[in-house]
Amino acid sequence: MSATSHDTHHDDHHDHGPPPGITRWLFTTNHKDLGVLYMVFALIMFFVGGAMAMVIRAELFQPGLNLVDPHFFNQMTTMHALVMIFGAVMPAFTGLANWLVPIQIGAPDMALPRVNNWAFWLLPAGFVLLLLTLFLPGGAPAGGWTMYPPLILQLGDAFPFLIFAVHILGISSIMGSINIVATILNLRAPGMTLMKMPLFVWAWLITAFLIVAVMPVLAGAVTMLLTDQYFGTSFFNAAGGGDPVLFQHIFWFFGHPEVYILILPAFGIVSAIIPTFARKPLFGYSSMVYATASIAFLSFIVWGHHMFSVGMPLSGQLFFMYATMLVAVPTGVKIFNWMATMWQGSMTFETPMLFAIAFVILFTIGGLSGVMLALAPVDLQYHDTYFVVAHFHYVLVTGAIFSIMAAVYYWLPKWTGNMYDERLGQWHFWLSTISVNVLFFPQHFLGLAGMPRRIPDYALQFTDFNMISSIGGFVFGLSQLIFVWVIIKCVRGGEKASDQVWEGAKGLEWTLPSPAPYHTFEQPPVVK
Amino acid sequence: MKRKLLGALAAIGALGLPLVAAAATAPESDWRRPWGLNLPRGVTELSQDVYTLHMLVFWIVCIIGVLVFGGIFYSVWKFRKSQGAVPAKWHHSTTVEVVWTVIPFLILLFIAVPATQTMIKIDDTSDYDMTVKVTGYQWMWEYEYLDEDVAFFSRLDRDSDRARQRNPDVRPQDVEHYLIDVDNPLVVPVNTRIRFLITANDVIHAWWVPELGWKKDAIPGFINEAWAEIQEPGTYRGQCAELCGRDHGFMPIVVVALAQEDYEQWLQEQREENGVVATDDAEEADVETAVLEEVDPDELMQVGRQVYDNQCIACHQAEGQGMATFPGLAGSDRVMDDDDWVIDVVVNGVSGTAMTAFGPRLDDRELAGVLTYIRNAWGNEAEPIQPADVRDAR
Ligand SMILES: [Cu+2]
Repeated sequence: MSATSHDTHHDDHHDHGPPPGITRWLFTTNHKDLGVLYMVFALIMFFVGGAMAMVIRAELFQPGLNLVDPHFFNQMTTMHALVMIFGAVMPAFTGLANWLVPIQIGAPDMALPRVNNWAFWLLPAGFVLLLLTLFLPGGAPAGGWTMYPPLILQLGDAFPFLIFAVHILGISSIMGSINIVATILNLRAPGMTLMKMPLFVWAWLITAFLIVAVMPVLAGAVTMLLTDQYFGTSFFNAAGGGDPVLFQHIFWFFGHPEVYILILPAFGIVSAIIPTFARKPLFGYSSMVYATASIAFLSFIVWGHHMFSVGMPLSGQLFFMYATMLVAVPTGVKIFNWMATMWQGSMTFETPMLFAIAFVILFTIGGLSGVMLALAPVDLQYHDTYFVVAHFHYVLVTGAIFSIMAAVYYWLPKWTGNMYDERLGQWHFWLSTISVNVLFFPQHFLGLAGMPRRIPDYALQFTDFNMISSIGGFVFGLSQLIFVWVIIKCVRGGEKASDQVWEGAKGLEWTLPSPAPYHTFEQPPVVK
Repeated sequence: MKRKLLGALAAIGALGLPLVAAAATAPESDWRRPWGLNLPRGVTELSQDVYTLHMLVFWIVCIIGVLVFGGIFYSVWKFRKSQGAVPAKWHHSTTVEVVWTVIPFLILLFIAVPATQTMIKIDDTSDYDMTVKVTGYQWMWEYEYLDEDVAFFSRLDRDSDRARQRNPDVRPQDVEHYLIDVDNPLVVPVNTRIRFLITANDVIHAWWVPELGWKKDAIPGFINEAWAEIQEPGTYRGQCAELCGRDHGFMPIVVVALAQEDYEQWLQEQREENGVVATDDAEEADVETAVLEEVDPDELMQVGRQVYDNQCIACHQAEGQGMATFPGLAGSDRVMDDDDWVIDVVVNGVSGTAMTAFGPRLDDRELAGVLTYIRNAWGNEAEPIQPADVRDAR
C-alpha cells in the first residue's frame, strides 16, 4: 500500500494497490507485476541455460570424452539454445515491454490485461514440459534447436513434449505481442504521435508484428513433424514422397525473423540509454525508425542464407546472398547514428552506459562477421563451424543480453526507487565484458581452422583455443552471480533515487515518482 | 561541425590500419597445427578463389571495424563530462546520413562482384572426368567410384575410436590424427575434375574437407552435386559438418590425392583384393577365412560392447531397456532363444523401422560380437554367436 501513497495527486477516485500474498502474482493483470514476473522468469532461465553452457564448455575444455556421453552433450547444446532463446531473451524483452511501454506512451496499463496474465503463465507451463524431457527415457531433444528431420524423428519419448512445448511458447509470445501492438496503437497519450514514441516502443511495435507473423509458421512446421511421426504423413520424409529440405525452408522462414526478434528491442534500449548519458538527443531519430522497419522487412527474404550448403539453384543462392548483404545497410545506419549521438556529447559512464557502449562495439563485431557469412561461396566454408557459433553469440550475448543488462541497470532505480550499487555494477560490467571476449573471440579462429559446431570432442589442434574459450566461459558464468546480487541488493534498499534518476534522462517514465506507483497515468499526460 | 566529424573518422581509420595489419597476418602453415587462425588456402582452384574472397572481405570488415571502434573510442576519450565537455544540440544531418547509407552500399556492390563470380564457378559441375558417390550414414561414409566397380565404407580409425571412449586405454593426446583419421580414406587422382554426388542413407550429414573449399549437405532422398580438381598430391582431412546424432563428432573424412599412375594402381589393387570392398561381394572374398575361426566368447563380449556403445546405445539404451518405439533387449526371450531371427534382424535390418541393416557396415567379427553381447549383457544368457554363423546369414 505504501508504494501507492505518492500517486494520489493525479488520482481522484479510490486508489488500490496490489492484493497481498501469492495471489497477487498468480492473478495479477497489472503490467508492472507481469513485467517483474517475466523478468524474474527470464533470469532463472538464464541460469538454467547457462548451467547447460557450463556443461558444454567443461566437456570441451580438453580433447577426449571427459564428462558426459555424446548423446547428453547433444541434449545440452539443443536445450541451451531453446532455453536461452525462448526462456531467457524473449521473456526478458517482453518483461521490459510490459514494464516500459505503458509508462513510455502514457498509458494506464496494457490494452489486454487478462491476456497479459495468461501469456505469462503459459511460459512456465511450456518450460515444465520442455525441461521435464531431461528426465525422460532417451533424454531431452538432442537434434539441435533447429529440429531438422529426419534426425529429430529419432527422438524418443521427449518428442511430443518438445512439440507441445513449442506450441505453448508460441501461443504465449503471440498473445504477448498482440497485446503490445494493441497497447501501442490504441493507448498512446494525447499528443504522443507515432513519430514521437521512444525508440524502444517503436522497436517493440515492429518486433511484435514479426512475432505474430512467424510464430504460427514455426507452429505449423512442428505440427507437420508431429503428424509425420505419429499419423503417417510424409511431409518431410523422402521415402514417402516428402522433402526433408522443405522443413528447413519453413523453419528458417520463422528462424531468420526470430533472430531479429531477439535483437530489435535491444536497438530500442540502446537508443534510449546512449542519449541519456551523452546528454545529447539521439541522432537521426526518423532514420532509426526506418532502419528498424527495413531490417524487419528484409528479415523475411533472407532465410536461405542458413541453407547455402543444402543445395539450392544458383539463382536462389545469389538472391539470398544479395538480400542478406543488404541488411548491412540499415544496420550500419543504426551503428553510425549511435556514434554520432556520442559525438560532441557530454558523457558519463555509469553501468548502463558501459553496457550500451560495449553493445555497440561487440554487436558490430557480430555484424561484421555477419557480412562475411552473407557471402554464399565463403559461407560454404564457414557454415556449421565455430565461426558461426562466434558470430551469433556476439550478436545474442554481447548484443541482446548486454542490452538487457544495460536496461536493467538503467531502469532498476525507477522500478525499485533505490539506486543500485554502482561499484558492484562496474565489477559486473568489466568482468563480463572481458570474459565474454575470452569466451567467444577465439571461437572465430576455431571455426576458420576447421572445427565444426555441435561436436563433443575435437581434433588435437583445437585444444588451446578451446581451453581459453572454456576459461572465459566459466568466468563469464560466475560473473553473472554479481548481477543477481546487485539486483537483490537494490530491491532491498539503497540510496533513494530521484524521479528523473539520470541527469540526461528524457521521457514520460522519468516524470513518474521512483518507484513508479502501482497504477500510473490513470489520467493521461499531455505530450507536447 | 559535420565536416569535422567526417574528417576525424578518416583520420582514425588511417591510424588504425597498420595495427590491424599487424594483428591479423595469419601464416598459412597454421592450418591443422595448434593455434590455427585462418581458413586454409586449400589445394583446388575453387578453394583458392574462396580463400581470396574470404581475405578480401576480412580486410574490408577490419577497416570498417577500425573506423567504427576508433570513432567510438575517440568520442569516449574526448567528449567526457569529467573533461568539461558541453553537449551539442544537433541531432540530424541529411548529408551525413546519406553518405553513410550510400558508402556501405557501394562497398557491398564491390564485394558482390567477386562473390557472384566464385559462386557461379562453384555451381558449375559440368565437364567432369570421374564421379564419386558419397553416402552419409550414422556414423560413417560410403564411397562409390561410379563405373569403376569400387566401393567401400570409411570409418573413424581404430586408435581414435579407442581413445574417444570414456575412460579410454589410450589418451587422445597420444593418437596422431585424433578424430581426423579413417580406416579407408577416399583415394583420388590429382589434376582430375572429380564430380561428387552426395547423399545420405538415414539423416542429414554434410561432407566437408576445408582444403577443397566447400561443404555440401548429404540429404536422404536427394543427390547434391559438387566438384573439385585437386592440384597437389597429399592427405586432406575434414569432418561431417551437420549434426547427425550421437556420433556426429566421430565421422571424419580423409581424402588422399595421388598422382594419376599411383591412383590407377590403387584402383587396380582395390578391384583385385576387394578386401575393403563392402560385403556385396563377400562370398568371393574367401581369402579372409581367418575371421571365421572360433573366437573366444570373452573377446566377442569385448568387441560387442564397443560396437553396442557406438551403434546401438542411442536407441536401445545403456541397460538394453529400449525406449519408446525402440524395443528393449534386456530380458527379451526372443533375443536369447531365436538365433536365426536375431542374426537376421541385426544383419539385414527391419524394413519400415529405424533398425537399419548392419551387415554392410560391420565385419563378421563385429557382428558376432554385438550379437553375443546383447544376448549376454544385463542379465541375459545365451550361447555366443560366432562369425561363421553371421557369415551364413548374409
Ligand atoms: Cu554425419
